[in-house]
Amino acid sequence: MKTVRISLIGFGAVGQGVASTVLSKRDFLKKQGIDLRFVGITDSKGSEVDENGIDLEAAISRKKDTGSVATGDMTALEIIRNVKHEIMVDVTPTNIDDGEPGLGNMLSAFGAGRHVVTSNKGPLALRFSELNEAAEDNGLFFRYEATVAGAVPIFNLVHEALAGNTVTGIEGILNGTCNYILTRMTEERMPYKLALKEAQELGFAETDPTYDVGGIDAALKLVIIANSIFGTGATYHDVDVTGITKITPEALELASNNNSVIKLVCEAVNGTLKVAPRLVPKRHPLAVGGTLNVASIQTDLAGRITISGKGAGSIETASSILSDIIYIARHV
Amino acid sequence: MIISMTLELKDIPGQLVLALEPISEFQGNIMGVVHQHEEKTPRGTIPVQVMFEIEQSRLAELTERLEKSGVRVARVGEERLRSSVYVILIGHIVHSDMGDTIDKIDSTGFAEVVELSLSMPGIDKPSSAYLVINAVSDRELDKALDILRDVANRKELLLIETIRLNSGGT
Ligand SMILES: NC(=O)c1ccc[n+]([C@@H]2O[C@H](COP(=O)([O-])OP(=O)(O)OC[C@H]3O[C@@H](n4cnc5c(N)ncnc54)[C@H](OP(=O)(O)O)[C@@H]3O)[C@@H](O)[C@H]2O)c1
Repeated sequence: MKTVRISLIGFGAVGQGVASTVLSKRDFLKKQGIDLRFVGITDSKGSEVDENGIDLEAAISRKKDTGSVATGDMTALEIIRNVKHEIMVDVTPTNIDDGEPGLGNMLSAFGAGRHVVTSNKGPLALRFSELNEAAEDNGLFFRYEATVAGAVPIFNLVHEALAGNTVTGIEGILNGTCNYILTRMTEERMPYKLALKEAQELGFAETDPTYDVGGIDAALKLVIIANSIFGTGATYHDVDVTGITKITPEALELASNNNSVIKLVCEAVNGTLKVAPRLVPKRHPLAVGGTLNVASIQTDLAGRITISGKGAGSIETASSILSDIIYIARHV
Repeated sequence: MIISMTLELKDIPGQLVLALEPISEFQGNIMGVVHQHEEKTPRGTIPVQVMFEIEQSRLAELTERLEKSGVRVARVGEERLRSSVYVILIGHIVHSDMGDTIDKIDSTGFAEVVELSLSMPGIDKPSSAYLVINAVSDRELDKALDILRDVANRKELLLIETIRLNSGGT
């Protein structure tokens, strides 16, 4: 049995999803010869630390009952630096101004010899090269499957399954909220504002929706793709971004009369990065509905490969994180 | 109309100018010339393909003039608009003079707006328009789209283009 110790920084929807997924997969992991031991969990109010392994079930109930996982006040950075473990999982909120607290967590983790797994886009969209170098310099793994398209394994597909191929272009729908709004506007001939309100009521959209509907979230994901797959060193500022706020039900109807739908499409082709509403033929593999995400990858050997699936959700996102954790556990 | 003409030139200097001058004289708008030096005809002449736009009424006269000056007109054909693309525009399209936008594309001679559907929900509300543009080739289509992008940009219209269907292919 290989014991892999983990710190879980952030205990919101995704953090708790990771904990409950690890609990439900305990037997499977045992069969794989992997013992995942959580030695530190934090939220914004404090932390729980136990070098012998935290009782995840108790941690989840405490968070539900009291609003915090905290049993002590060790900070995230103190845990990362001073509590012995192999993998730091950062699932703190995405911040696109300075990437904090995720950026500091990740750099400290690499400095302390911890592998990093994350779903937090901010640090990667702002400082991808720096993070990647920090990982390489220290001979550590840096895995971030969950940052783009939730459960959909884009990076695994390109780096592992399609190894040897040259990727010549990628197009995708990477924001579930926008896809939901456009789908509802098309199906119900709803005005934009009403569809947005519905998305907010269903919990798909934030109270301040600009980040999603303005195309910013999609652009961040595109930047991570460009860095990871094309190694371009691009940042958020290199993306030409147009959101969906000006789309009318009439435009969607005109598109539909001509066998097309309008989607917020991310595109990395010929060195340019673009997020914009685009016309997609109804039968095209990119034309997925609801909150689904999709990525279509053009390669030199395999041709075009398209994968779609759930782009968000606590368990779905935890699926990608668990897969990254297992990858590292098998390789250390 | 757009004409594609195959001419046969004698293999001596100055022949290309001799062939192209009359086209301009008859107000033809030359769009492309393909000169195949290596491919001589059995008659020893050099075939050249010229694509140009010209008034239909002047075509016969032009052909006659070319033949008289010793340029053999081997083939004359009307070039159809082969490439096609559709786009959607959203915004205050009517106020922004859609006619002017369409004219800009039509007046290029190599591309044309062949279909337009407009949906106007209310006087102060943004309208939506569906446009189909045809052009002689993909390259010309791209140029027409550039014009549209520029107009949309200046008039603050949202231009929704089709995804590239074969993007990045090798
Ligand atoms: N939700 C999804 O479906 C999804 C999908 C893909 C990627 N992501 C990304 O995954 C990350 C987490 O998302 P989420 O939905 O789990 O967000 P969330 O529910 O808001 O959880 C964020 C967690 O981070 C904690 N936190 C905030 N500031 C902190 C700090 N300075 N130090 C330590 N912990 C701190 C919060 O503490 P409190 O609990 O005390 O507030 C909370 O536990 C985000 O970057 C998000 O963009 C989410």
